[in-house]
Amino acid sequence: MTHYIKRAALVLLMLGFAACKGEEGSATEEPAPKPMKVYKKNGISVKSYDYSGLEYFLTKDNDTTYVVNFWATWCVPCVEELPHFEKLNAKYKDDKVKVILVSLDMPKMVENKLLPFIKENQLKSEVLYLRDPDANSWIPKVDSTWSGAIPATLIYNRDTRRFFEKSFSYEELEKEVSLIK
Amino acid sequence: MKAVKFLGLFIAAGLLAAFTIAKPAAGYKVGDVATDFSLKNIDGKKVSLKDMKDAKGYIVIFTCNHCPYAQAYEDRIIALDKKYKKLGYPVVAINPNNPAKQKDDSFEKMQERAKEKKFTFPYLLDEGQKIYPQYGATKTPHVYILQKTTKGNVVKYIGAIDDNYEDASAVKVKYAEDAVNALLKGKEAPVKETKAIGCSIKA
Repeated sequence: MTHYIKRAALVLLMLGFAACKGEEGSATEEPAPKPMKVYKKNGISVKSYDYSGLEYFLTKDNDTTYVVNFWATWCVPCVEELPHFEKLNAKYKDDKVKVILVSLDMPKMVENKLLPFIKENQLKSEVLYLRDPDANSWIPKVDSTWSGAIPATLIYNRDTRRFFEKSFSYEELEKEVSLIK
Repeated sequence: MKAVKFLGLFIAAGLLAAFTIAKPAAGYKVGDVATDFSLKNIDGKKVSLKDMKDAKGYIVIFTCNHCPYAQAYEDRIIALDKKYKKLGYPVVAINPNNPAKQKDDSFEKMQERAKEKKFTFPYLLDEGQKIYPQYGATKTPHVYILQKTTKGNVVKYIGAIDDNYEDASAVKVKYAEDAVNALLKGKEAPVKETKAIGCSIKA
């Protein structure tokens, strides 16, 4: 009897996955939503979104693996791990891995901290600015386990979604990406 | 057959949960009894919750000097203390960061900041970073509202101070105030848990 139940469970699981796959296969890519604002300074520009806009970048349905890092210029452990994300983005550029850096700087810091930081450090990964101060409304949507501390990183593709509330070494980051790619 | 299918689903859900949940979250949940502590205040004296004999409860806030999110809430934390200390719910602020890892959160800098901002509440250093993991705080600011009961200090609310870190004047829901107001009326907090962005604790 228990065997039968286990088997039934497995079949149901498989059916579930198959159903998901079928839906994903037929999806077409929607265009990116219009940003709330585009901040510009010295040749650097950053698009700003509220969570409903940002969600598009957290739920893309294609053959790329996305590495979405939540950070801020004042967050020391975030800034320390940024080079690892940059390295990953460069190394896997032609290999369907894309890094998106979501800044949680305060609004008054965007022009005088964030944009100069991007220029000084010559960041190549895409940087977005999330401005949505009612954080309790969207933190659980990014991941139900996220307490809200940064740095935090979401690694996802159409099949798998993994969330990390921690700092990464380059090796750990590459390993996690290789595990779901 | 229907029952079997149901069981199957149940087991499938269980299997999925077993594989996806890495580890249970540490720290207190609403309803747990919170530990007391004896931590050094900015005046050099040790402070414990039990010292505040007239308190009906406590607004324990893990916060610090360096974090812009904590700074954005400093005035609101002072206002909370001013409003609720006399009603029996004083603010007790604890800096959970290891000063060796975050120089701006040293004991001396805490003293400076408290003086500059005229803190009306104890501002304690979690020396050795022993208290915050028991509470399960992960970031600053991170609020725990405790109610004094015969069982001990029971956690009644965990999370954010309100729903707008950016602009105090644009706040719509004051989670911490609503929780204390309800407790003062002998009711439960209308919202018991919220999430907020904050700076990860540097241990």
